[in-house]
Amino acid sequence: MDHAEHHEEHPMIGYGTYISIWLALLILTALTVAIAGFDLGKYTTLVAMVVATVKTTLVGLYFMHLRYEPKVFHYMILVTFMIMVVIVIFTFIDGNRFSYLSHEVQAEVHH
Amino acid sequence: MSHTANIAAPAHIHKDYNGAKTGMWLFLFTEVLLFGGLFLIYAVYRTAHPHDFAEAAKELNVVLGALNTAVLLTSSLTMALAIACIHRGKKSLSLTFLGITILCAFAFMVIKYIEWESKISHGLYPGSEYLMLHYSKGQRMFFGLYYCMTGLHAAHVIIGATVLIVMFYVTYQRPNEKHRWDVFGKDELNGCRVAILDKDGNEKWGSEIDESVKQVHLKMKYYSMPKRIKHEDYVSLENSGLYWHIVDVIWIFLFPLMYLIG
Repeated sequence: MDHAEHHEEHPMIGYGTYISIWLALLILTALTVAIAGFDLGKYTTLVAMVVATVKTTLVGLYFMHLRYEPKVFHYMILVTFMIMVVIVIFTFIDGNRFSYLSHEVQAEVHH
Repeated sequence: MSHTANIAAPAHIHKDYNGAKTGMWLFLFTEVLLFGGLFLIYAVYRTAHPHDFAEAAKELNVVLGALNTAVLLTSSLTMALAIACIHRGKKSLSLTFLGITILCAFAFMVIKYIEWESKISHGLYPGSEYLMLHYSKGQRMFFGLYYCMTGLHAAHVIIGATVLIVMFYVTYQRPNEKHRWDVFGKDELNGCRVAILDKDGNEKWGSEIDESVKQVHLKMKYYSMPKRIKHEDYVSLENSGLYWHIVDVIWIFLFPLMYLIG
């Protein structure tokens, strides 16, 4: 394996790119905190999760170099993500069954 | 009869870069699913007790939580910069950034300690008498999850910092590469000669390999030139970086779900 070929696979990311990503992450964090101040009702958490996903994508693509890794890594991450999605969907399909969790258990004796 | 043996220089030793990276990512997926399970429990109990969770979350210190987010994001930046520097052959700059990353990990743990300490001194910890008497079931659930999830995350920060300290030492040592060839018990090497020749072909130093020789060592200063540095030479540093970033990613989700739902 020669040198030139290798550098094509892994282009150097400039220091400036990393610093821009870091600034974007800090701004998005500030945004998350600011949004939490408003009452968006049931969308508050949804918006926070969307921002967190954007932040994760930035960290993954640039800090973790995923943008420059072979496609197979992207598929592996997609599979892991899909496993989580399936687990969550199947749990919440059964959602009305765990509504009993919200009832206080009176058997616990308190003063 | 003389033989010239070709000794493979370290730059040509095949290291399975993609294999090492794939292995690290598979491990990271198990980490994601480990925390995924806890996030699932969080989702279920929060669905069951939305108001209790919102009430209990107000007890957390948003300023300290946001500060810790900034500390972790900054440490992620310095980690990425440390790897970028080593690829350019700037070792001391790389070690500086690695050092800052480790300091950020300590700063995170100090802030975490302050947070936990103030909660625990107020009697807010799982199973405490105060919590059981004054808080509803859902609020107690929230604090249980808060301690479990931030605790497990803090454990990952400590492990990550330990790995980074080891990598600091490894990177610091790096130019002094030692290569060893075991010759003991290899009869065909008996009577061979190891020698160093100058440009005129004169032997500067040489020694016979007889039965008393166990190993041949070659100590090199190899990676000081940027052109010689390849990614596979620093795959362990890159993989430690990946671990550190996944710790950061988990916190990116923990922070809004714990601190900002009030």
